[in-house]
Amino acid sequence: MQIPVLNIDRLIEDEKKVEEKIKKKQRAREDLSYGRLIFIQFRKHKAAQIGMIVLILLYLIVIFADFVAPYDPQRRLKVQYIPPQTIHFFDEDNNFHLRPFVYGYKMETNKETFRRKYVIDTEKKYPLYFFVRGDSYKLWRIFDSDIHLFGVKGEGGLFLPFGSDQLGHDLFSQTVFGGRISLTIALIGVLIITMIGVIIGGISGFVGGTTDNLIQRFIEVIRSIPMIPLWMGIAAALPSNWPQSKVFISVVIIISLFGWTTLARVVRGKFISLREEDFIMAAKVNGSNQFQIILKHMIPNFIGYILVNMTITIPMMILGETALSFLGLGLRPPTISWGVLLQNAQGLQNLSFYPWLLIPGVFVIISVIAFNIIGDGLRDAFDPFAVTRR
Amino acid sequence: MAFYIIRRISFALITLFLVSIIAFIIIQLPPGDATAVRLQILKSSGVYQSPEQIEQIRKDFGLDKPLYQQYFIWVGKMFQGDFGESFYYNTDVSEILKERIPYSLMLAFFSIVFIYIISTIAGVISALKQHSALDYSIGLISFLGLSIPDFLFALVLMFIFFKFFGISMGGFYSLEFRNAAWSFAKLADLVKHIWAPIIVIGAASTAFTIRVLRASMLDELRKPYVQVARSKGIPEAKIIFKYPMRLALNPIISTVGYVLPTVISGEMIVAYVMGLPTLGPALLNGALTQDMYLVGAIVMILSALTIFGTLVSDLLLIFADPRIKY
Repeated sequence: MQIPVLNIDRLIEDEKKVEEKIKKKQRAREDLSYGRLIFIQFRKHKAAQIGMIVLILLYLIVIFADFVAPYDPQRRLKVQYIPPQTIHFFDEDNNFHLRPFVYGYKMETNKETFRRKYVIDTEKKYPLYFFVRGDSYKLWRIFDSDIHLFGVKGEGGLFLPFGSDQLGHDLFSQTVFGGRISLTIALIGVLIITMIGVIIGGISGFVGGTTDNLIQRFIEVIRSIPMIPLWMGIAAALPSNWPQSKVFISVVIIISLFGWTTLARVVRGKFISLREEDFIMAAKVNGSNQFQIILKHMIPNFIGYILVNMTITIPMMILGETALSFLGLGLRPPTISWGVLLQNAQGLQNLSFYPWLLIPGVFVIISVIAFNIIGDGLRDAFDPFAVTRR
Repeated sequence: MAFYIIRRISFALITLFLVSIIAFIIIQLPPGDATAVRLQILKSSGVYQSPEQIEQIRKDFGLDKPLYQQYFIWVGKMFQGDFGESFYYNTDVSEILKERIPYSLMLAFFSIVFIYIISTIAGVISALKQHSALDYSIGLISFLGLSIPDFLFALVLMFIFFKFFGISMGGFYSLEFRNAAWSFAKLADLVKHIWAPIIVIGAASTAFTIRVLRASMLDELRKPYVQVARSKGIPEAKIIFKYPMRLALNPIISTVGYVLPTVISGEMIVAYVMGLPTLGPALLNGALTQDMYLVGAIVMILSALTIFGTLVSDLLLIFADPRIKY
């Protein structure tokens, strides 16, 4: 019988190997760039991933709005208040059709209330096709085309997945084009806000002293004023005969006028804490001028905060535009935005008879939620203490 | 501390002054002066004004004076309770304010009470039961609350109640009570109507406050003194209610500065959607018809109310949290 010999040397060697392995892993992590680390962290946030996909889809839809929308959003289809059509694979006799279809509509008058109503006409079937020819358009004002992503062929057939409104506009096409305006306004607004926020916050933090004090008090003043009444007051001053483009720009300016305070505070705080850092001192000794220091050494250090702030400001921009336009103080028809579309859904009468007019609101909520979730994910990714918090 | 109080009050006064300038600028913003709209109305009804008459009208309104003098005239009149006149409602602005401010205040007050009651309960529970299903569902609901625009929430709520329960929401009273004298039945009717706007207005702020309270409660629960108390065998309920909870509730007072402007803002839109006789619809009607004296006055009043509320909350915090040093 052999007695097992304890091989100490081997044990030590094993342990060394394990240690080496751990160190290698750590080194690999250290070797990763800051951006890469954040990316890995962000990938762990599953909800943010979904939010990202939803947003990319939304933006693709609005970028190619002319192609995705089956109709010209301004075209009146002569069918008012058609309820959303459902896509069928089975017809009334339960026969399966490989190509989905929608039923046509016929008008009926209620004999008691004399209210006209569209009811499904199972006699007429319109199969759905991809890449149908329809209203001609000019994508981004460059490419002429009349091919739409989906639709029905032939005369008389209509495909209105979200129904139609009072004037016979296709609500789906309108929602798509409305998204183009609403999401663009939010993006432009957030760029303006970020610029003002970084500049004012930077001045406040870098110059310090009385300037800093004054700016901080001013920010406190702005933050203590309720925003919506202020927006309404300023929007009231917009002349009603202004062209669409001017109104568009004014609305962007109104909603971004006072939104920069949060970012300005964050940037100021970062500037103040960074000012004392050794590497800033080193850069100064090396002869960099202030501009270089700010651009090269300071801003990269808090670019993450700016990014997070941008993502969580966009929902506020969307909500601001929607609210103003909804109240009739922002964008006005014929400009289409989600807020303008929701104007049609005012009043119990409209709501109870034509609830599908609320559909654009669903898109407002979806986009706001998506941005908020991404904001959460980014915040965790940029937060060095994220591990202990979760 | 006396110094802090004085500083805080003077800061509120300065804010009020800046707000009054902003409100005055808003009044001046539309092209043409305050007489332009009036003259337009007169003209359309066939009354012709000679240039001399127009000059006289401008003089009556003090519009021939430089802008800064006009500002002081406006402020001076405001202190006497004269906010100018509204041609949309065809009365003095002060009449409209008198009628609507009580409703606005009532709505704001109850919304804030609602916000803090719900968020205290939900925030503390989700902190105590961290990582439980309850915690996650509270988190999810508050996330939704932050994401749904209040006017949309109001519309959807009205739609659901009308469609499925046959209740038509809107207004503060049912039809039969609208002009009735105050009675117990009318009060009951008011209670029946007011909860919906309160929930809608409060939703976003409640969600925000839940997050703040949950975080501050979690912070407190992790502190060593809680552990010491536990090791001494003090009952859990007593531990929680005696110290961490009291400390964690401080944000209630300190978040007023954020919640109050949000509530006032929300009230504007929700009141319009639900047809409530508060300042919101008046401001909107004024804004839509460029009735600028009305708009300026309401912006001024709402800001003043907010500033006053925040001031009170800041002063309260001194007494509520003696640890704060000034």
